[in-house]
Amino acid sequence: MTDETIKEANPGWHLDAGKVAKDLVVTALLATAIFGSTIAYKTVSAEGGLALETRYDIAFYIIAAVVVGRLILWLAVWSRPSGHRSPVMPANMKASIAFLTTKIGKGFATTMLLIALVFPFLPFTDRYLLDLGILVLTYVMLGWGLNIVVGLAGLLDLGYVAFYAIGAYSYALLAQYFGLSFWICLPLAGILAAFWGIILGFPVLRLRGDYLAIVTLAFGEIIRVVLLNWYWFTGGPDGLSGIPRPSFFGIDFNRSESGFAHIFGLEYSSSHRIVFLYFLILALALLTNFVTNRLRRLPIGRAWEALREDEIACRSLGLNTTTVKLTAFATGGMFAGFAGSFFATRQGFISPESFTFIESALILAIVVLGGMGSQIGVVIAAIVMIGGFEIFREAEQYRMLIFGLAMVFIMIWRPRGLISTRIPSIFLKEKKAVSSDMVSQGEGH
Amino acid sequence: MEYFLQQLINGITLGSIYGLIAIGYTMVYGIIGMINFAHGDIFMVGSFVALIVITALGLTISTGLGLTILALILVLVTAMVIASVFGWTIERMAYRPLRGSFRLAPLITAIGISIVLQNYIQITQGARVKPLQPIISGGYTIMTRVDTNGEFAVQISNMQIMIIVVTVILMTIFSLIIAKTSLGRAQRACEQDRKMASLLGINVDRTISMTFVMGAALAAVAGLMFLLYYGVIDFFIGFVAGVKAFTAAVLGGIGSLPGAMLGGLVIGLIETFWSAYFSIEYKDVAAFSMLAIVLIFLPQGLLGKPEVEKV
Repeated sequence: MTDETIKEANPGWHLDAGKVAKDLVVTALLATAIFGSTIAYKTVSAEGGLALETRYDIAFYIIAAVVVGRLILWLAVWSRPSGHRSPVMPANMKASIAFLTTKIGKGFATTMLLIALVFPFLPFTDRYLLDLGILVLTYVMLGWGLNIVVGLAGLLDLGYVAFYAIGAYSYALLAQYFGLSFWICLPLAGILAAFWGIILGFPVLRLRGDYLAIVTLAFGEIIRVVLLNWYWFTGGPDGLSGIPRPSFFGIDFNRSESGFAHIFGLEYSSSHRIVFLYFLILALALLTNFVTNRLRRLPIGRAWEALREDEIACRSLGLNTTTVKLTAFATGGMFAGFAGSFFATRQGFISPESFTFIESALILAIVVLGGMGSQIGVVIAAIVMIGGFEIFREAEQYRMLIFGLAMVFIMIWRPRGLISTRIPSIFLKEKKAVSSDMVSQGEGH
Repeated sequence: MEYFLQQLINGITLGSIYGLIAIGYTMVYGIIGMINFAHGDIFMVGSFVALIVITALGLTISTGLGLTILALILVLVTAMVIASVFGWTIERMAYRPLRGSFRLAPLITAIGISIVLQNYIQITQGARVKPLQPIISGGYTIMTRVDTNGEFAVQISNMQIMIIVVTVILMTIFSLIIAKTSLGRAQRACEQDRKMASLLGINVDRTISMTFVMGAALAAVAGLMFLLYYGVIDFFIGFVAGVKAFTAAVLGGIGSLPGAMLGGLVIGLIETFWSAYFSIEYKDVAAFSMLAIVLIFLPQGLLGKPEVEKV
C-alpha cells in the first residue's frame, strides 16, 4: 500500500513517508551509537588485562526494536490529525472533573483505611504480604513526611533519607549504649531528627529551589559518609546489629510467662509481632497524616503553602521565610525520624547501605508522582512503586532501570503527578477543588 | 614544601578533570536554569566508552609513542561522539517535553535518567570495577629532597602533563566557540533572554540541544582522563564526580565558563590537600561541605554575576 492509498483510506492521516524514513534512519543511527557501543561490547577481565566480549545479536535486536517502536509510534500516534491529538477541555468541565475526583477521593480514602485496618486478618494474608504491607506503609509515612517539605512548603529536599538515617541510628545507638526501650527512643529519635533538621537547615534555607536541592543532597551524603567512617561509634560499614525488638507497651513477644501470647491467653505465634509492627507503622503513618492535615489549617501550614506559591509575596507580607522553611524542614525531618526508629526496630540491623541517595530519590518519586501536596496521591504512588518493585523482584538487575524509566515517563506523561487537583485549606464560601493547571506551583525559589 | 608542591600538581590534575565536567553543568544551567543531574553519569558513560575502545584497539604500555597518541585521539573522538549522542538523546526525550512545565519537573526526570544510566551500564558492563593497565608511563622529577627520612622526589608524570595540556587546549577551543562562532552567539543570546532570542530568529531548541552536546563531549573527555589517571572505573563514579563538578560550577559562578574551570581547580586542590593533610575518608565530606559553604556565603560564585530577583 503506498502512501497515497493510505491517505485516501484515512482522510485524517498526515504521514509524510519521506519525513518518516528520514526520522527512522536518524533513530537507527542514534540507537546504534547508544546501544552498539555499550551493549555490543562488554569489557571483561582476562589474563593480563581486559578483553572484549561481543554481543552483536542482542544489540541488533534492541536497535531493531527501537526503530520498529518508533515506526509504530509514527503510524499509530503521530499520524493522527493534529486537531484530535489533545482535546482541550473547557475550564468549567475541568473544575467539575476536579470536583468529582475529590468526591471519589474521599470515599477512596475511607475504603483504603478500612482495607488497611483489616488487612492482617484477611484469609489470604500471609507473612510475605504482611511484610510487604509494612514496607508500603513505611514508604507512605515517609512520603507523607516529605510531602510537608516538598508538597506543602515547596522546598525540594534530595537528602530526606538523612533524617530517616538519624532516626534509625538514634534508636539503635540509644538502645545499645543506654539500654533505652523503643517507646522512649521513638519520640527521642523524632526530636533528634527534627533538631538535626534545624541545625542543617538553618544556614541553607535561604537558598533558591534547585540550589537547596543540591545542598540537601550533599547533606544526605555527608551523614552517610560520617556513619560509614565513624567506625568505633556507629560500626561503620558493618552497621549495628542486635537492635532490640519492640515490645507491646512493655510486654515482650516471646514464649515466656510474661510474654504477650500468655498474658492475652493466645497461643504463641511468631506472627503476633509482625501484626503488631504492622499496626504500629499504620498508627505512625496515620499520625503523620493527621498532624499534616491539622497543621495545614494552622497559620504555620498556611504560611507553608503561601511560601510554595510565591516567596517574594510572603516576604513582603511580613512572613519570616527562614522560620517558615525551618519549621517545615524540622517537622518533615521529625516524621522521618519516627519512621527511621521503626525501621531499626523492625530490621534489628541497620547499616549505612540502607540510607543511600536512591532511597531519597524513591521517596521523592513517590511524592512527586503522587501529586505534590496530595495525601492520597502519596498512598497510591507508594503502593504502585513498592508493589511494582516487588513484581520485578525476579528481575533484580532490571528493576532499578525500570524504576528510573518509570520516573521519567510518568513525569512526562503527568508532570503534576497522578492526583493533581488542589483543595484549598481555607475558603470563603464553598470548598472547591482546583485543577492544578490553574495554579502555578512548586516553584520553590 | 616538596610534599606541598607534589600535592599541588596532583590537585591541578584532578581539578582539570572536575573543571571539564563542570563546564557541562554551567552551560546548561546558564541557558535553561536547570541542574542536569544526569551529567555526572554522562561522564561515566564516556569513561566506559573510552575503556571499550582502548580495549578494542589493544592499547598497552608497550605501544609506541606515536601510535599511542594517534590511538588516544581516536579514543577521545569516539568517546566524545558517543557521549554527545547520549546527551542529545536525553535532552530530546527527557527534558524538552518538560520545558515550560514547573521548575522541578526536569530536575526529577534528570534524577530518573541518572538512575537509568547507572543501571544500564551496570547491566551491560557488569557491576565490578574495571581496572585498566597504565598506558602512559614515565615523567619528570622536578626536585628531590634528601634528609633523614630518606628521599622525597616531586614528580610530574607524562599522564598529568597530558591531562593538563588537553584540558587547556579544549578549554581554548570551546571558549573560542562560545566567543566567536554563530552558535556561541546564539548560546549567549539564549542565556540572556530566551524569548527575545527566539523572536530574533534563533532556533532556541537547537541551541539548547547543542549545549547539551558540547557539555556531554567535554564530560567524555573528562571520563577518558579519569580512566587513564586512576586506571579504575565503575558504574557509580558519575554520582560523586557529578556533585563535585557541580560544586565547582557553583563556586566559579554558574553560567561562567572560566569560572567553571577555576572552580574545578579549587575543588580539585581542596580535595587533594584535604586527603593529604587531614583524612582521606572524609574527602567527600570536605567537597560537599565546601558546596554548602559556597552557596551560603558566595551564592553568585567567584566569577559570576549577582542574580537579580524579579517579581
